[in-house]
Amino acid sequence: MPFDDYMMVILGMGAVTYIPRWIPLVALSNRNLPEWLMDWLGLIPAAILGSLLIPALITIDNHRSLNLIQPESLAAIPAFAVALKTRSLGLTALVGMMAFWLLEKWF
Amino acid sequence: MANGSVPDLASSMPHDFRRGVGAALPVCIGYLPIGLAFGVLAQKAGLSVIEIGLMSVFVFAGSSQFIAVSMIAQHAGILAIMMTTFIVNLRHLLMSSSLAVVIPPSGKRVLSLFAYGITDESFAINHPLFKTGGWNMTSALSMNYAANMAWILSTMAGGYGGQYIPENAFGLNYAMTAMFICLLVYQLRERIHVVTAILSGFVAVILYLVVPGNGYIVLAALAAATVGTVIKRSGRRTSTRKS
Repeated sequence: MPFDDYMMVILGMGAVTYIPRWIPLVALSNRNLPEWLMDWLGLIPAAILGSLLIPALITIDNHRSLNLIQPESLAAIPAFAVALKTRSLGLTALVGMMAFWLLEKWF
Repeated sequence: MANGSVPDLASSMPHDFRRGVGAALPVCIGYLPIGLAFGVLAQKAGLSVIEIGLMSVFVFAGSSQFIAVSMIAQHAGILAIMMTTFIVNLRHLLMSSSLAVVIPPSGKRVLSLFAYGITDESFAINHPLFKTGGWNMTSALSMNYAANMAWILSTMAGGYGGQYIPENAFGLNYAMTAMFICLLVYQLRERIHVVTAILSGFVAVILYLVVPGNGYIVLAALAAATVGTVIKRSGRRTSTRKS
């Protein structure tokens, strides 16, 4: 792809990525919102993390099939335990990575 | 310039800035393998190191960058690439909305600078910290831009020579997943958060298996947060009626 066309592509991508990041921040901050909306927005983080994380643990990426027992799901057990116990991001990442590394060799 | 000025500068570095960069460290470590992998792929698709870096600067959204590179390799049109990017990154709309209600009052300029850095990772770190009140915009901006730097540099490094790094060295591929596990634990404050997260994960898995594309993340989150809100509010109504 010629450089000029490429620049058009990434500027376009940048615009459509930045706008959804920007609009709610400017439109909703410094404002009193109804209680139900606050409740809803308060549950969004847990919901998004659930929908990002759980498919990554128990499915296989390239065929989109379910696989409950695999390094991804098993390594999540010690990582989850460490996260609950220590609430440390670094330690959770370290334990998760080590467990995953060992399990990958095993499987 | 005297050597003595270096420790002086370091010690006068604002506390908030250091806290932000400190919070970004695990994110930077998590970005490294993904950024390298992206760089390698982009280089194989014919992009130069500069072009890779420019995409990371302008877009700064991992999954959409992967998709864009494969579309570029298949000679897709600019509109198709933009549409796909828009849909894949639409989840930031939810994150931005959720952040808007926990951040301190800020000017438009600061909000515009902050908006650029909203990613899955920065959102999951900034949100609970703002919520508990132990965080400010300086720290949040430092954290966002440190993570941004790590992303730009690791993608460029991947384009430069990432093929020489062994795949999944030391379990690095799992760094981001493990981080999300901890970030999810931060969100599990009350029982309703646990219920919402499990429901969302369950719906996401079903959608993921049945519907092609990346819509499963947003659709599942919208559905679960809505059901969670209904449960929470009906619970509140019954408990006030009882008392």
